[in-house]
Amino acid sequence: MTSGLWELVLQGIWVTVQLLVLSALVATAVSFVVGVARTHRLWIVRFLAGFYTEVFRGTSALIMIFWVFFVLPPAFGWQLVPMWAGTLALGLTYGAYGAEIVRGALGAVDPAQREGGIALSFTPWQRMRLILLPQAVPEMIPPFSNLLVELLKGTALVSVMGMGDLAFSGNLVRLALQESAEIYTYILLIYFVIAFLLTRVMRGLERQLKAGVGKAPRKTGTPPRRAPEGADAVKVGGGA
Amino acid sequence: MQWDWGAVADFMPHFWDGLLVTLQALALGSVISFVLGLVWALLMRAPSRFVRWPVGAVTEFIRNTPLLVQLFFLFYVLPEWNITFSALTTGVVAIGLHYSTYTMQVYRAGIEAVPVGQWEAATALNLPPRRTWTAVILPQAVRRVVPALGNYVIAMLKDTPMLMAITVLDMLGEARLFAQQNFQFTEPLTVIGVAFILISYLASVLLRALERRLVR
Amino acid sequence: MKEPASHANPPVDGSELIRFDHVTKRFGSNTVLDGLDFSVDAGKHVTLIGPSGSGKTTILRLLMTLVKPDEGTITVAGDQLFPASEKQVREVRKKIGMVFQQFNLFPNMKVLRNITEAPVTVLGMSKDEAEQRARELLDLVGLADRCDAYPTQLSGGQQQRVAIARALAMRPQVLLLDEVTSALDPELVAGVLDVLRDIARTTDITMLCVTHEMNFARDISDQVLMFDSGHVIETGPPEKIFGDPEHERTREFLGAVL
Repeated sequence: MTSGLWELVLQGIWVTVQLLVLSALVATAVSFVVGVARTHRLWIVRFLAGFYTEVFRGTSALIMIFWVFFVLPPAFGWQLVPMWAGTLALGLTYGAYGAEIVRGALGAVDPAQREGGIALSFTPWQRMRLILLPQAVPEMIPPFSNLLVELLKGTALVSVMGMGDLAFSGNLVRLALQESAEIYTYILLIYFVIAFLLTRVMRGLERQLKAGVGKAPRKTGTPPRRAPEGADAVKVGGGA
Repeated sequence: MQWDWGAVADFMPHFWDGLLVTLQALALGSVISFVLGLVWALLMRAPSRFVRWPVGAVTEFIRNTPLLVQLFFLFYVLPEWNITFSALTTGVVAIGLHYSTYTMQVYRAGIEAVPVGQWEAATALNLPPRRTWTAVILPQAVRRVVPALGNYVIAMLKDTPMLMAITVLDMLGEARLFAQQNFQFTEPLTVIGVAFILISYLASVLLRALERRLVR
Repeated sequence: MKEPASHANPPVDGSELIRFDHVTKRFGSNTVLDGLDFSVDAGKHVTLIGPSGSGKTTILRLLMTLVKPDEGTITVAGDQLFPASEKQVREVRKKIGMVFQQFNLFPNMKVLRNITEAPVTVLGMSKDEAEQRARELLDLVGLADRCDAYPTQLSGGQQQRVAIARALAMRPQVLLLDEVTSALDPELVAGVLDVLRDIARTTDITMLCVTHEMNFARDISDQVLMFDSGHVIETGPPEKIFGDPEHERTREFLGAVL
């Protein structure tokens, strides 16, 4: 491979990383808003949040991407730049999976903690902010770490739209070289390395967060807690 | 926003063709992933680490890289090695292989959840290893793994549109073809979008019912 | 900044503070409280005794609004708890503190913050004032040196003493004690009970306890309620209930536990 072709791949990596970071931010915001809304005391809020989750988990990430690229512009008269279209489609879809993680982890906090909060006259939002979320967030990190890898794999889908991400650069190099095995092996290896780094970062984050809530040394007195439901309920995103 | 029911009507025959292909790919992909996943899971329990280590590394690699690029790899590389499959077959193999790296984890968890006492009882009865697996361990493990496997079938369903990228005319492939020929994107894409939501919702309802039966 | 109600309008000692009128509570087909009537006067220490499963804990949980009654009314210091808006309920709750069987400390907060969090966010107390008060309370429960520990680093008995300090930090008029020693190892029980005896002796706080520690009940109570199958079957001063119970069920129960 020539250096010119490597440059294509490098550009592809840059686009993939940008897309990953942006859509991860959108997905995180969606996860927390929708996940917390699913525990709201008004049924209509719970229903809408549940509806969102079912719809966006039910659909395929790739179809979402097609929809955002082709249906939104004529329907609403605005055209998103490809980076934002990709971010929106991926963020909304993977956010729905993230919302299930958030809900599961909140549900796994010992119900007695909620009662402790009521007994001290906290408002529902104060209980959420001061008691439930700080305890639930560290438990969310391992499933979120898996979801992040799924999101990374999902970013490859935008190449179908002709966006110059890492997978797309592989296609360009294949066309230039008329040879597939080498370039696709490299591309897969690069994805694997990124995924590996992401997992490492998330593991460090988990360790830090758990230390911050005094989890490290567990002693007698507190009842054992269930693992968050999210841990296995959450596959693994729609578009791998 | 305009919606043209005529376009929907025109698209429906293609939709059914696409649905058939999607379901075929899903069924075959599921079978491959179930079988191959079990093979991986059993190999991961092999006594020699010269077996466990490569199997672990390869499956970890497949699980952490995009299915789409794996599809490209098989679609473009296999012919260079003089192996020719149809696009659909290639797609089914890729999906099955990719998801086998997930189902292997399901099997592993299922096997590990069988109480140690069961192994001890099998040893005490002097059952040969083969019998221990087929008569004692696996039947108990299956009960635990079915719901999780079902979740992966639903996940697989949502990945089948990727086959379009290697020229397979699944639901999304048909929709795109129709859109390009008629310059009507909204209707076919919305129809298949809604179809996916409905199918995966129905599948998850069925799965929950199945789960309840198995738990008893 | 809002002062807690207990300061603005302290209840007159001896006036009625808590009142249950025909309160019925069912869980499924199981009637736990059956048209219960009773009242507690301000400043009194009242203990509920009776066989487990007889609904004693449910009374405390109803007062804390953790469960809702199916029928009847509950009033605290003249304010009705059911039916009431969320805002009204929260105002009433501020008058009530509760110590749980399982402590329910917040594991994500250090000991000091467990105690200061509610005074600061709910009562609007300044952080400095809340911390000063928390240190006094920790001193009272004998844990002045554990401010910076996380709850999981403490023994059960220490956790429970922090929980008592946490409840007192809200300056409640009523303190609910729900089997506060049941989850503790036997050697840790005495420390917790000593703290509570101290509080009973030195403050005018109204106490409502559910306990299986009969000696403790005898020491601190002004009044003991014997509770069985959803009803109060006997009530009186501790000397009477423990010394000369009238009701057959009370004699049986005390015979079994003493």
